[in-house]
Amino acid sequence: MSQQDITKQRHTKGKPNLRRFHQAKWDEPIIFELSREGQRGILIPEVEEEIRNEVGDVLATLPETMRRKQPPKLPELSQPQVLRHYVRLSQETLGTDLNIDVGQGTCTMKYSPKVNDQLARMPKMTEVHPLQDEETVQGILEVMYRFEQILKEISGMDQFSLQPGAGSAAIYTNASILRAYHEARGEAGQRDEIITTIFSHPSNAACAKTAGFKVITLYPDEDGYPDLEALKAAVSERTAGLMITNPEDTGVFNPKIEEFVKVVHEAGGLCAYDQANANGILGKTRAREAGFDLCHFNLHKTFSSPHGCGGPAVGAVGVTQELARFLPVPVLEFDGSKYHLNYDRPESIGKIGPFYGVAPVVLRAYAWVMSLGAEGLREVAEIAVLNNNYLLKKMVEIPGVSAPYAKGKRRIEQVRYSWEALAKETGVHSEEIGLRAVDFGVHYWTSHHPFIVPEPCTLEPTESYSKDELEEYVAILTHVADEAYTNPELVKTAPHNSTIHTIDHAPLDDPSQWAMTWRAYLRKVRREAR
Amino acid sequence: MKVVAKRLGLIVNPVAGIGGRVGLKGSDGAEIQKRALELGAVPQSLNRAIQALERIKSMKGAFEVITYPGEMGEDAARECGFEPMVIGSIKQGETTPEDTRNAAQEMVRLKVNLLLFAGGDGTARDIYNAVGEGIPVLGIPAGVKIHSAVFATSPRSAGDLAELYLQERVSSLREAEVMDIDEEAFRQGIVSAKLYGYLKIPFRRRLVQSLKIASRPGEKASLEAIACEVVDRMGDDCLYIIGPGSTTRAITSKLGLNKTLIGVDVVFKGKLLATDVNESQLLNLLEGRDAKIIVTPIGGQGYIFGRGNQEISPEVIKRVGKDNIIVVSTTEKINSLGGRPLWVDTGDRAVDRMLSGYMRVVTGYNEQVVCRVSC
Amino acid sequence: MNEEQSTVYPYIPNSVPAVKEQMLKEVGAESVDDLFEDIPEKLRLKEKLNLPQPLLSEYALRRHVEGILAKNKTSREYLSFLGAGCWQHHVPAVCDEVNQRGEFLTAYAGEPYDDHGRFQALFEYTSMMGELLNMDVVNVPTYDGFQAAATSIRMASRITGRREVLVSRTTSADKLSKIRDYCEPGIEIKLIGYDFERGQLDLDALEAEISSKTAAVYLENPSYLGFIETRGDEISRRAHDHGALCIVGVDPISLGILTPPVEYGADIVCGDIQPLGMHMQFGGGQAGFIATRDEEKYVMEYPSRLFGIAPTSVEGEYGFGDVAYERTSFAVREEGKEWVGTAAALWGITAGVYLALMGPRGMVEIGEGIMSRSRYAMMQIAKVKGVKAPVFQSPHFKEFVVKFDGTGKTVAEINQALLARAIFGGKDLTKEFPELSHSALYCVTEVHTKDDIDRLVNALKEVVE
Repeated sequence: MSQQDITKQRHTKGKPNLRRFHQAKWDEPIIFELSREGQRGILIPEVEEEIRNEVGDVLATLPETMRRKQPPKLPELSQPQVLRHYVRLSQETLGTDLNIDVGQGTCTMKYSPKVNDQLARMPKMTEVHPLQDEETVQGILEVMYRFEQILKEISGMDQFSLQPGAGSAAIYTNASILRAYHEARGEAGQRDEIITTIFSHPSNAACAKTAGFKVITLYPDEDGYPDLEALKAAVSERTAGLMITNPEDTGVFNPKIEEFVKVVHEAGGLCAYDQANANGILGKTRAREAGFDLCHFNLHKTFSSPHGCGGPAVGAVGVTQELARFLPVPVLEFDGSKYHLNYDRPESIGKIGPFYGVAPVVLRAYAWVMSLGAEGLREVAEIAVLNNNYLLKKMVEIPGVSAPYAKGKRRIEQVRYSWEALAKETGVHSEEIGLRAVDFGVHYWTSHHPFIVPEPCTLEPTESYSKDELEEYVAILTHVADEAYTNPELVKTAPHNSTIHTIDHAPLDDPSQWAMTWRAYLRKVRREAR
Repeated sequence: MKVVAKRLGLIVNPVAGIGGRVGLKGSDGAEIQKRALELGAVPQSLNRAIQALERIKSMKGAFEVITYPGEMGEDAARECGFEPMVIGSIKQGETTPEDTRNAAQEMVRLKVNLLLFAGGDGTARDIYNAVGEGIPVLGIPAGVKIHSAVFATSPRSAGDLAELYLQERVSSLREAEVMDIDEEAFRQGIVSAKLYGYLKIPFRRRLVQSLKIASRPGEKASLEAIACEVVDRMGDDCLYIIGPGSTTRAITSKLGLNKTLIGVDVVFKGKLLATDVNESQLLNLLEGRDAKIIVTPIGGQGYIFGRGNQEISPEVIKRVGKDNIIVVSTTEKINSLGGRPLWVDTGDRAVDRMLSGYMRVVTGYNEQVVCRVSC
Repeated sequence: MNEEQSTVYPYIPNSVPAVKEQMLKEVGAESVDDLFEDIPEKLRLKEKLNLPQPLLSEYALRRHVEGILAKNKTSREYLSFLGAGCWQHHVPAVCDEVNQRGEFLTAYAGEPYDDHGRFQALFEYTSMMGELLNMDVVNVPTYDGFQAAATSIRMASRITGRREVLVSRTTSADKLSKIRDYCEPGIEIKLIGYDFERGQLDLDALEAEISSKTAAVYLENPSYLGFIETRGDEISRRAHDHGALCIVGVDPISLGILTPPVEYGADIVCGDIQPLGMHMQFGGGQAGFIATRDEEKYVMEYPSRLFGIAPTSVEGEYGFGDVAYERTSFAVREEGKEWVGTAAALWGITAGVYLALMGPRGMVEIGEGIMSRSRYAMMQIAKVKGVKAPVFQSPHFKEFVVKFDGTGKTVAEINQALLARAIFGGKDLTKEFPELSHSALYCVTEVHTKDDIDRLVNALKEVVE
């Protein structure tokens, strides 16, 4: 038999065919179902006999009411079983390491360099207690300090705090600083309104409200830009501040951003810049020049720290000199030879978290910037934007897709597309297209609610994917769009090559059926006692 | 997926929208209908009904279709492969609003889970007269004038929503306005709309909702929040002129008062001072007093003045002053505008222009949006 | 093009000049600058950023960062007795193995189909926590124990509609600071004193402050100061008598042997899962949990995501999804409860792995082992002249207060001296709890051997005498 040309079938007219993907599918039981009485996953260091002799039965020192009667009903597995179970589950998870993750728009799913992960796992990072004498943690303090200086340069702001545990926590911190600022000027009662826009991240509204403010939301004008006239109608002597993302989630840069800031300043408010979408403007434009008083960055987005299924993360907060006194405590300082944590900050809003921020995330962010430098960061922004506009061009060629707003204009680092035309003609919805795309090894995200853009799909290529990969992504969506027209049922019943089949969501909203733990499930659905 | 035997009622108004294509406004009255057919009009509602039913075809076996004979529903149902239970009797080619009402009443008796109808505002009114808020209803748009909010945005989405409701993946209902347009006036170019009543329609909380996340009744919470916000700020020093709408009604309910469904009421010091007032009564009450007006967008188009609350006349508005107007609305309603502004049509261009620009709208507790207002 | 721009970056595939050019041509741009034309000229940076010179090779980068970190001293090189919110426990190798898996490490917000593994891992975490806590609802992790406490307090306020919360005075000053920032001015925080001899919450003081305005009583067990509150049932009874809720902050690694708070009346239980498989990481391993009963009025007040189990179209297949999603700010922006966002999910998965490895017996053994070692340490330290340990006459778990008044030295001086002997002494409480004068908070866990403890005691003896 002659040797078959294996590779020939993988291409058609020089272009690669879509991969015949199938996600790992283990049909893995819930871990409790793997339990076998008596098994041990790890053994605990034994207490020395001398200690035992000295202390006796230590549990007897507890009053009856405080002694646990029955051991917790945790599963009993051997070590390799635990490992095997979790490795299988990880295989059933489509991390950025595996897929062309341009689909999770606004999340900035860029490459998280492995060398930085390794650095973050060194004992010199992991085996350090936050309350150790400062002399013994000069290394990590130096990393954090240097990174703060880097952020100062990137944003133009005067001082930073790395304490907030992610973007939303940072937004809340900014709202808290706004509150403190106005309180210090005796205007806290008067200034109780924060203005934001509907295309900013939902946390801008939610965190402002949590901090006690009234939230006024502006809707965009016809071109999709935040409406300046609406802003003018919204400001008053009650305005505490503006919290806005720019570019917004649509990928459009608000060219009037300076006027926005001015209008709010004239009304006596301050402006906070949500820089979650900073990836496309690094080295190009800064919060400072636009007049902002506060800003924040997501280190797990723009600065490459991995997303970890949803954290840990850092939301770095930056402020002007005037607001620095309100920053969370302690503040990191350098006296020329040593790094210090300064707790003497009487006007600080206090603690946002227990210590100083998630240090390993800061370490990765620092290493990432150090590997690129100023030119590298500029390249990051330029290629991210080039990738995005390239993707935009290809995407709008797909029948049924449009990119609402800012017609004919360039986008910055992401675009919110709309499948409205396709949905009208075929009845297939955006979510369904996204799920069918899963059958080819990619996914995408629609939009935050509310869906202002109908049938939305938000893509953010970042700088991490090659031209070929971008083209593969488009080829997949092109194929799925075609299926929507020719074989809609196939798309509507997707995914077919994934881990599981269509989920019945009804129980999740029914208090009599919902179960957030296995024990609740056994009790309510299986009606078993445990 | 739950598969439970459900009953879907189907009523098609064969003459709805018949006038539109040939340039006649509306199609009430046998005269207009005859004229339209002479002009070569082709009934639209059958096609629209079929488009909607196509969407639920795949779950055919899971529910029973109950409908009226021939052109009032049976034809559409059979065209899509259903085998409906046919009730009642009609005179083919000479159907009347009476038929629509009878059909609806019968379906209520037969306990349909959802009544799907193809028609326009007129048909909606007829159904309302027969059914009130007794059973869930959903309109397949097929008429020319669609001012009522009881319709889906298209025949396809009517079918989609009906499917979700029958599958119990959408289970909440909300009240939607039935509008009554004066046909005669309409033909003369005058839009005169009154709020006629409310029907209960299946409600998806989002404009476009994730099909994978079923919704919980959230509107109640929104209305409660809005009511709290407004009531918290109400003072004893002025009158409150409260327009019709379910959102404004939530405010009076919070005060423990019984608001008229479609009229304008006046509240003072937390009590109902006058109900279902007209313009002159309002002007009398306003003599020498401060007042605030509380209104909510009525109908599918987002009118805050001019559709269903004409009693709040230009004169009343001028006396109260633009700064004393409180607009309330759920965010769903604002989002359903799809970027379009709120509208005013008081009848007085000057007042319309005064109201135009931007207004704050209360959307929850400590929450507002800024909306464009146009005339 | 000048030389600067000819660098091809390993992390930026399309930085290859030929590719860049091709793409520019396709989008119809002369240069990349064209793509930024919508940014007003005035706002565009003319100069490049003033950042340190880059370390383009991986080797140089590694060497640089390792060089800086080398200035740290770790708890492996020094003997550490520090605790106070971040604790040194053994991290099983399998925990690190699982949270290093690229799929888990780099996943984010996929659907319950493509990210099924993530959902199941987090559901299993909440399930195992449910067993540990004996409660049916546990959230997907929030940032840390501070946030968990603050949110629990706000939840209690929402649930009861009341605005006063009574908080034990032995809560850490840092945590109180966070709670105040997060809860005031809407909620009034009142501190309840403690018994100086035993540390226990002063029930008379509680009785005096509690009223129909009280939304909740918040206490920690073990306390921040290490002792175990023994009358939780009495405290929760009084709270309930006044229609208030009882919130208990708990150390999850103690729950193998200590009664879960729900069993003595807690309505909301919260805490930090860092002890369950997370390295200390200079405070970067924290993650918070909140747990309640499975009642709608509680469930609807959680700001976090809650993952529930659901059937699929195939019998016997497990699916997962968000419970009552409309509750969260993702669905309804500011109408949601507080907010939800990225927090600490990877640590939640890790804690699940930890609990699965430990199993029931592991949790019992570690609890008992920790209590034994800390008890031994207290007994030995008490033998040092001028030193009192423990300060509170109550049972303790892993931490305890040591008073140095009789030595004539400040805690700072003692800790400096210990440092010179490569020992990290307990956290200095002098400023935080002035009423305890010269006291420090010592922490002893399963990582300390008898020799370690003896070494501490000998060092103290030297320093003090």
